[in-house]
Amino acid sequence: MILRLAAQSLWARVLTVGMTILAIALSVALFLGVEKTRTGARASFADTISGTDLIVGARSGSVQLLLYSVFRIGNATNNVTWQSYQDIAARPEVDWIVPISLGDSHRQFRVMGTTDAFFTRYKFRGGRSLGFSQGQGLNDLYDAVIGADVAATLGYSVGDPIIVSHGVASFTEHDDQPFRVSGILAKTGTPVDRTVIVGLEAIEAIHVDWKNGGQTGRTTPAEVIRQMDLTPTAITAALVGVNSRLQIFKLQRWINEYPEEPLLALLPGVALQELWQIVGVAEKALIGVSGMVVVTALLGMMAMVFASLNERRREMAIWRAMGARPMTILGLLVLEAMLMAGIGAILGYCLLYVGLLGLRPWVDSAFGIWLPIEAPSIRELWVVTGVVGAAALASLLPALRAYRLSLADGMMVKI
Amino acid sequence: MTDPALALTDVTFAWPGRGGFVLSCADFSMSRGETVLLLGASGSGKSTLLSLICGIVAADAGQISVSGVDMKTLGAGGRDRFRAENIGVIFQQFNLLPYASIADNIRLPLRFAPKRRNRAKDSLAEAARLCAALGLPDEVLRTTAGRLSVGQQQRVAVARALIGQPPLIVADEPTSALDAATQDTFLGLLFDQVASAGSSLLMVSHDERLGARFDRVLRIEDIATSQRAVA
Repeated sequence: MILRLAAQSLWARVLTVGMTILAIALSVALFLGVEKTRTGARASFADTISGTDLIVGARSGSVQLLLYSVFRIGNATNNVTWQSYQDIAARPEVDWIVPISLGDSHRQFRVMGTTDAFFTRYKFRGGRSLGFSQGQGLNDLYDAVIGADVAATLGYSVGDPIIVSHGVASFTEHDDQPFRVSGILAKTGTPVDRTVIVGLEAIEAIHVDWKNGGQTGRTTPAEVIRQMDLTPTAITAALVGVNSRLQIFKLQRWINEYPEEPLLALLPGVALQELWQIVGVAEKALIGVSGMVVVTALLGMMAMVFASLNERRREMAIWRAMGARPMTILGLLVLEAMLMAGIGAILGYCLLYVGLLGLRPWVDSAFGIWLPIEAPSIRELWVVTGVVGAAALASLLPALRAYRLSLADGMMVKI
Repeated sequence: MTDPALALTDVTFAWPGRGGFVLSCADFSMSRGETVLLLGASGSGKSTLLSLICGIVAADAGQISVSGVDMKTLGAGGRDRFRAENIGVIFQQFNLLPYASIADNIRLPLRFAPKRRNRAKDSLAEAARLCAALGLPDEVLRTTAGRLSVGQQQRVAVARALIGQPPLIVADEPTSALDAATQDTFLGLLFDQVASAGSSLLMVSHDERLGARFDRVLRIEDIATSQRAVA
């Protein structure tokens, strides 16, 4: 009965209580949204690469190499010569090696040159392999395999032509050598979904008439290009698998000390840890700010309870006259605050999931972060419990005031 | 010989921090089933006296006994429980919870009074019976106070005070908001139900015309003195 009366009391002040609940709901949704995005980003990054022992690129920062080679974020400052690549591939520790060549784009999507080995060696999300939802791999020089998001965003299907642009943000197109979509990859939740994959030789082919970053003015026919030696002179990076995990560090040291050119070999997991350390400060700041928003909403609730105390003195006097102890009055106000916070937290959760449902595809395609819609985690349940607990604590101050008022007014308040 | 329903002996009380208002009551008692009208002007200490009798505040000195129980022997919590079990209160302003249904309003005291709850047995049926006896239609139980007329709200307040048959009913100017004709009807119903429950009734009012129905009519000056210290 007390719970029902507390709920009815809240309902009687639906406008002010509703605004308070909405403020709590929005703050909880923001807090959990930040948390969801943070964990989603970590999971998405961690799931992006699996089974690759080393990533090799021109010497730079390890995080930079990881970002441009795996996540297609940023650009390489230098390339790896084909000779160096072959030297690494010839090492006895190497089980497999996949070259990747980046630099061009199609619409807003990166174009990556690689070999067929990429489709079998690239693993994600704990060892899953790439699969085709339509078509097949690279069988012709001008074949292109596109990721699921590329196909969905641009409405491509197998057989459609693709014109590759030179560079990442360029208006110059390699329109003299169009590609054809030979296959569409199944959704992976990784940057591969937003990548156009072509053969390594194809990258050389479209740059036959280019020199030092500019067009030479010649237009070599495709038939002639097909007859040319299209072995690349340089690549952007390489993914490496070793025969034995015990050999990883030996190979890494050899590559890092490679005398012919400055190279960097990194362990993806270690580079990811470095990345988390860098973004950790921003994460904490975000969590702190969103936490303060929750605190502000709870302070707003406390102010609302304080403001309503005077007009509720008669109500408290009724409770006292009926036999309620001052502690019951205190408990009633705390219960009301917990109800408000509980409803606000649940509403916040609902808002979060509605937001996730609406924004998830956009976040995925824009940032490559897959935000899972799943049952609340233990940590999230603790957050909700914490909000309700904090609301109980915040309401103690006005509740104690009500306690004192009910002692002073007794049942004879005349207001 | 049974204990009186209410007895006050050499009681004094001063509200802390309220301009030095002091109330003294040398001797006052009510027998069981008796109805007493206590007349007094505004500010004469009627409400303070009722707060003392109900155990909301404790007397600084003297003895207050309700149904033979000395209130001084009870702590603050004990007085709250005792009030819930033994005293039904009717307010001048009706004081119904505006958001709760009439059924919940009438049954509210039972939440804090197990003995009254046992006496009421089926509390909803008892609330309906009291409403019917007080001339309220059955459907009011499901509505809220704001939808009732002033007269209906006052009857609901009576039903709330009477449910579970507390030995003492305390009424603080319950007729002040009613016109003369409605006052008469209301008092008739109140007296019928108080008699039916076997309760004692102490009503305070400034309206001398109500006196005819009561066993005794007293002026507050006859039993208590109040004074306000001059700063």
